[in-house]
Amino acid sequence: MTRTRSSRKTAAPPAADPMPTPSPDEMVQLLTPGGEVTDPARLPDPETQRWLYRLMRRARHFDERAWVLYRTGRMGVFPPYGGMEASQVGTAAALTHQDWLFPTYRDTGAALTYGLPIPQTIAYWRTSPHGWAMPQNLKVLPFYIPIATQYPHAVGAALAEARRGTRNVAMAYIGDGGSSEGDFHEALNFAGALNAPCVFILQNNGWAISVPTRAQTKATNLSRRAEGYGIPGVRVDGNDVLATYVVTREAVERARRGEGPTLIETVTYRIKPHTVADDPSRYRTAEDTAGWDEKDPVVRLQAFLLAQGHLTEAEDAEITREIEAEFEAALAEADAYPEPTPAEIVDHVFAEPTPALRRQRAELMAEEAS
Amino acid sequence: MTATVTALRTMTMVAAINDALALALERDPDVHIFGEDVGIMGGVFRATDGLQARFGTERVFDTPLAEAGIVGMGIGMGLAGLKPVAEIQFAGFLYPALDQVLSHLGRYRHRTRSRYHLPMVVRAPYGGGVHTPEQHADSPEAILAHTPGVKVVIPSTPRDAKGLLLAAIEDPDPVFFFEAIKLYRSVKEEVPEGHYTIPLGQARLVTEGDDVTVICYGGMVEVAQKAADAARAHGIGVEVIDLRTLVPLDTGTILASVQKTGRVIVVTEAPRTGGFHSEISATVAEEAIDFLRAPIVRVTGFDAPYPPFTSIEDSYRPNPVRVAKAIRKVMAY
Ligand SMILES: Cc1ncc(C[n+]2csc(CCOP(=O)(O)OP(=O)(O)O)c2C)c(N)n1
Repeated sequence: MTRTRSSRKTAAPPAADPMPTPSPDEMVQLLTPGGEVTDPARLPDPETQRWLYRLMRRARHFDERAWVLYRTGRMGVFPPYGGMEASQVGTAAALTHQDWLFPTYRDTGAALTYGLPIPQTIAYWRTSPHGWAMPQNLKVLPFYIPIATQYPHAVGAALAEARRGTRNVAMAYIGDGGSSEGDFHEALNFAGALNAPCVFILQNNGWAISVPTRAQTKATNLSRRAEGYGIPGVRVDGNDVLATYVVTREAVERARRGEGPTLIETVTYRIKPHTVADDPSRYRTAEDTAGWDEKDPVVRLQAFLLAQGHLTEAEDAEITREIEAEFEAALAEADAYPEPTPAEIVDHVFAEPTPALRRQRAELMAEEAS
Repeated sequence: MTATVTALRTMTMVAAINDALALALERDPDVHIFGEDVGIMGGVFRATDGLQARFGTERVFDTPLAEAGIVGMGIGMGLAGLKPVAEIQFAGFLYPALDQVLSHLGRYRHRTRSRYHLPMVVRAPYGGGVHTPEQHADSPEAILAHTPGVKVVIPSTPRDAKGLLLAAIEDPDPVFFFEAIKLYRSVKEEVPEGHYTIPLGQARLVTEGDDVTVICYGGMVEVAQKAADAARAHGIGVEVIDLRTLVPLDTGTILASVQKTGRVIVVTEAPRTGGFHSEISATVAEEAIDFLRAPIVRVTGFDAPYPPFTSIEDSYRPNPVRVAKAIRKVMAY
């Protein structure tokens, strides 16, 4: 029932969909929290719906297991994304492995969806060097920590693809807080001016640590920032994976056709703390988060698929078994990674280590030996 | 130390910093505190805890997430007569603001021939040792020390942190104030209540000794101290100097010690090439070569980014064993 990543990679690009031009304040939504379909014509087929559902379940499972592992000392500090799966999965699912992915620390769900192997993802959040050594067959970079700095990189990678004559695109993620940084604005302007095939995902989850979006900016619709740079901006229900997927597919196809970048604002919510070590009660109340649990993206699609008969309870239970087994196998693989040695601190600084680095490596090794 | 103080209170360094900020807000209506998450949250390390509740959202406020904006806006506030005290969430996130720092912060007095000056303080947690995530443990003090017109202060004790921060806020020129993350809560000390300042540019003799001078600051002072204690057990007298400020640099204290001991070790946790340790070494070589009985030894971080790899990160930072080894080396020369 699931489409594999490789079948996607080789699939012929679909016929060009016309880019819809919604009114700037409209929020694209295909499936309401109450389970109604707003625009049947744009709904992905049931197979795609099930595929997206499974990817969301898989992403959620990682998030949930990461918490448990953190509490038992088997995972490092982890920024959870539970509740934001539609925003991450629906967007990253629109890429192939020929496309670039620039994720932030928040976007483990997007990276897993794109194809970052689970063992390596676990290694990253355990702060093992294996987590930084990105697979050769993917174009994904380690999660970005310095806010917004990855945005111009995506423009450059996209431009390089265009100069080489490929149809590949670059996708970069950012938060509502991140969209205050200068790098975000420079990147949007560059991408527009140079017609770079970029898809910019702005996940508006309501918070930048303790700062609510309303204190971050006077703008109430972040997708409209695109207008200032002459590029299309789309606002989408970030808890409706069918909508995030369709909107992102359209933006990706637009970029592949050489029609330039798009900014997509996914309107979602950080129901979880900033990281597993954060205590949100310092800065927000139950009222702030009220209503968001009911908008849970996984539950929304699950109820819809079951009601439509696109998924049975038995199939759902099978999905659970599969993703649990996949994770536990990956965990065992991650557990088996060898511990790094201190000398690795000075490795990978240059192709050819400087004389100073050689000396420093020798010092570290001598210290280890003694 | 200039002071009008009586009672003492035992505090952590972060509490002492909070105390200094509260006093500054209380004493001078021009002082304004701003940055990311400094308001209701009280900063990620709680350095501004309770200040917004006490002094209001105009004196203590959250900004949008943009460091160039934070420092750039602070420059404008300073030009117009306020005393901006900005917080950068981690020293490694100062970099988006480097344009404002390098292009403007240290130049305003010079390029307006003192018509304008910037009484601005930029605080930032720095350094490693507590398993922070990637890019949260940088030690960029040399970049700032290399920037003309900018003072650089790095305290190593709660008492110093409070007095130096008050002096920095009262200083007419821009001051970077780096706070060792490792020391925020790990050391407690009796700190005078009320207002006092410790003048910028005066180093502190941590321990006295006749054989070796160890020069350090911030998070490395406790490391040097431990090595000094160990050496003393072997009959070697180590003089540990805590610089407290890199700019202005107290060369008098350094040279007096070097003239006595003739052996110098400089300890920092910053990358080795081009670090402030090298500036200190050069100063000693220039001013006191005749007194040296051994080559100057630098004990530093490595020419690699501070590693985000928890299980090996402790090997990046200098530790008492490495300092002790340097002490043996200069003694054996
Ligand atoms: C340049 C920079 N400044 C500050 C920080 C510290 N910091 C980490 S996450 C964060 C808030 C980010 O909020 P947002 O962009 O909305 O993303 P979210 O965490 O909500 O996903 C801040 C201030 C950083 N990592 N990089």
